[in-house]
Amino acid sequence: MLALAICVFTGKSHAQTANTCLDCHGALDPPLQVTEAQFSQDIHSQKGLTCAGCHGGDPTKADMDAMSKSAGFRGKIERGQIPALCGRCHSDGTFMRQYNPGLRTDQLSQYQTSVHGKLLAKGDTKVAVCTDCHGVHDLRAPSDAASRVYPLNVAKTCARCHADASYMKGYSIPTDQFAKYNTSVHHEAMVVRSDLSAPTCTTCHGNHGAAPPGVDSVRNVCSNCHVFQAQMYEKSTHKTAFQSAGLPGCVVCHSNHGVTHPTDARLGTGSQAICMQCHTPGDDCDKARAEMLAGLTGLSEAIKGADQVVGVAESSGMEVSEARLQQDQARDSLTKARVTIHSFQRALVDQDIQAGLKIAAQDLQAGKDALAERDYRRRGLGYALVFILLTVVGLFLYIRQNERESAKS
Amino acid sequence: MRLVSKVRGWLDERFGWAELIAPLREKSVPIHKLSYWYFLGGITLFLFGIQVFTGILLLLYYRPSANEAFESVQYIMTRVRFGWLVRSIHSWAANLMILTAIAHMFSVLFLRAYRKPRELTWVSGMILLFLVLGFGFSGYLLPWNTLAFFATKVGTEITAQVPLVGHELMILLRGGEEVTGATLTRFFGFHVALLPGLTTLMILLHLALVQRFGMSVPPRVEAQWKADPSKAREMKFFPNFLLREMMAWYIALGVLGALAAISPWELGTKADPFGAAPAGIRPEWYFMFMFQTLKVIPSKIWRVDGEVLGILVFGLAGAVWVLLPFLEGKREKRGPRMLLGAGVFALCYIVAMTVYGYVAK
Repeated sequence: MLALAICVFTGKSHAQTANTCLDCHGALDPPLQVTEAQFSQDIHSQKGLTCAGCHGGDPTKADMDAMSKSAGFRGKIERGQIPALCGRCHSDGTFMRQYNPGLRTDQLSQYQTSVHGKLLAKGDTKVAVCTDCHGVHDLRAPSDAASRVYPLNVAKTCARCHADASYMKGYSIPTDQFAKYNTSVHHEAMVVRSDLSAPTCTTCHGNHGAAPPGVDSVRNVCSNCHVFQAQMYEKSTHKTAFQSAGLPGCVVCHSNHGVTHPTDARLGTGSQAICMQCHTPGDDCDKARAEMLAGLTGLSEAIKGADQVVGVAESSGMEVSEARLQQDQARDSLTKARVTIHSFQRALVDQDIQAGLKIAAQDLQAGKDALAERDYRRRGLGYALVFILLTVVGLFLYIRQNERESAKS
Repeated sequence: MRLVSKVRGWLDERFGWAELIAPLREKSVPIHKLSYWYFLGGITLFLFGIQVFTGILLLLYYRPSANEAFESVQYIMTRVRFGWLVRSIHSWAANLMILTAIAHMFSVLFLRAYRKPRELTWVSGMILLFLVLGFGFSGYLLPWNTLAFFATKVGTEITAQVPLVGHELMILLRGGEEVTGATLTRFFGFHVALLPGLTTLMILLHLALVQRFGMSVPPRVEAQWKADPSKAREMKFFPNFLLREMMAWYIALGVLGALAAISPWELGTKADPFGAAPAGIRPEWYFMFMFQTLKVIPSKIWRVDGEVLGILVFGLAGAVWVLLPFLEGKREKRGPRMLLGAGVFALCYIVAMTVYGYVAK
């Protein structure tokens, strides 16, 4: 959202150019300070709008005349009025079309459904309003890497309030979400791998309509990206079991903000085990878990073994690119089996594992064949070199004998 | 042996065989402490023969199109019986041939074998060296792998810097503005038709000149022999020298076989013209000294573009090198010393810039 609306209380305006406000406010101390450098970065300023867009007044007049009540000067905007003020332009499709036809205009209505919006409506002005997330006076487009709502910066922006225990006191919600998110696989994808499509706070909670996903909608949220896992989960017995127990689907095993990269060990019985937190050792589910884990471990080992043999053949200069390519298919089968685990059906998981094992076995054989071919070539080289050496020695002896005979004659 | 005599008699009766090979029987090779340098030309010729033979075998399977070239070489390497051996020998022999051709050129230069009356032998040899480098450049692209594709792109881009005709030259090489399947087809044509034809003609001329003027004796040895003719020694070309040459060929064959079996020539990954160029793109080792020079040369020297100046200097140096025997002049000592100095400088420069090219990041 381009949050901060630029419209005067008395009417919308655009393409205003003269702006004497900065002459004084550029020289004032904070919080009244707004410099030319700061305001020139603002998307609204770049579109030709001035301070009067929000604050009213007449920026073409000098000194205090610019801030006369008769010119509609409003002064500082109260926090409680900010969403409505922004919404006067940003909810007006006809007005916004002239600046950005692709921009949505439902931000205000979404905000009103959010926890922030509902609390604001009840008079709680501590909650986030448009300017808290988007900034004020240097408000940038979300696609600008310096924007507070640029994907890489969203978590930090939310954390400004949500990680501040003293500020959040009284709301009875945790303040460790940001710390947990920083350890998560989603954070790694976003920050370390610079994958801007990776999830951040707003991906799961929504942005203008920010609210925690309810127990029933957690699966829907995760399935936006993890489509196949969700399809498998639909087939599982866990779905009904979790629903009847009032448990929030995916989060039960994977947690929420601190979701880490899942390993096969979660199916095990060690310190990372998850299944056994609910299931009883020796029951049918425990047996199924053990079988699925054995299948995954077996395929993983088979792939590693084939990789090793193919790698040795490759480093010996053998052409094994086809086997290398097939190994990727075996790895795909392993990934697929790990996804199928969400169905918790042994037969389905086994199908993927058997497919992967078959490919890994073929690749192992291809690697062995390449090594056998390498040895065959080296043996052939040995024989050829012996033959060449004998021929060279024979030639040498022949030349010597020939030249001795010539010398005698 | 009776059969051989019969065949010889049959040929002699019809074509005057004995008369035809008489010059070979009479040909002799001087014997002195530097005689072993005479083998280099023969080894280069032997390697050219290997190239022709293995090249013909590769042609049975190779397909010169952007869609099929890589796959056909992969097929040769993995499915064709002994295809790996033929392709690896072809690639290794190409590199060894360039190495022996360069060594042959420098040996001729340092032994002053180019001097009168062998000036044209030198010129034909230099043309052969350029043709061999042309074989290397055109053949490098044929497997259509990533490294070859981008190295050719860089190499042909450099030709575009040649003043006046650079752009046209690049279009001639590439068959268009970019390196595409058209470039591959064109390079294939150069590699299997144009260059072999020219090279065969030039080899015949070179050999005819060698046969006509005989082997050169280094000036210092020649002076010693003139002072004391009893010291002059020589051996018959046939069979004495030829048998020794054959020993060298066998050893070269062994080296080739060992390289092919222990380190088969890599295929790499298929070229993707729309993909990003991999890091560390560089040409084959025999072009490295030129590539590295153009890389380190300042972008502007006085008011001239550095790269253009570098290409002009290399072009001029190449032309001067071809005409080297004519530059010695009639000055008894100063001329040869000057050429010897130029030769040492060129050799040191080529080695130093090649090593620098490989170690520089």
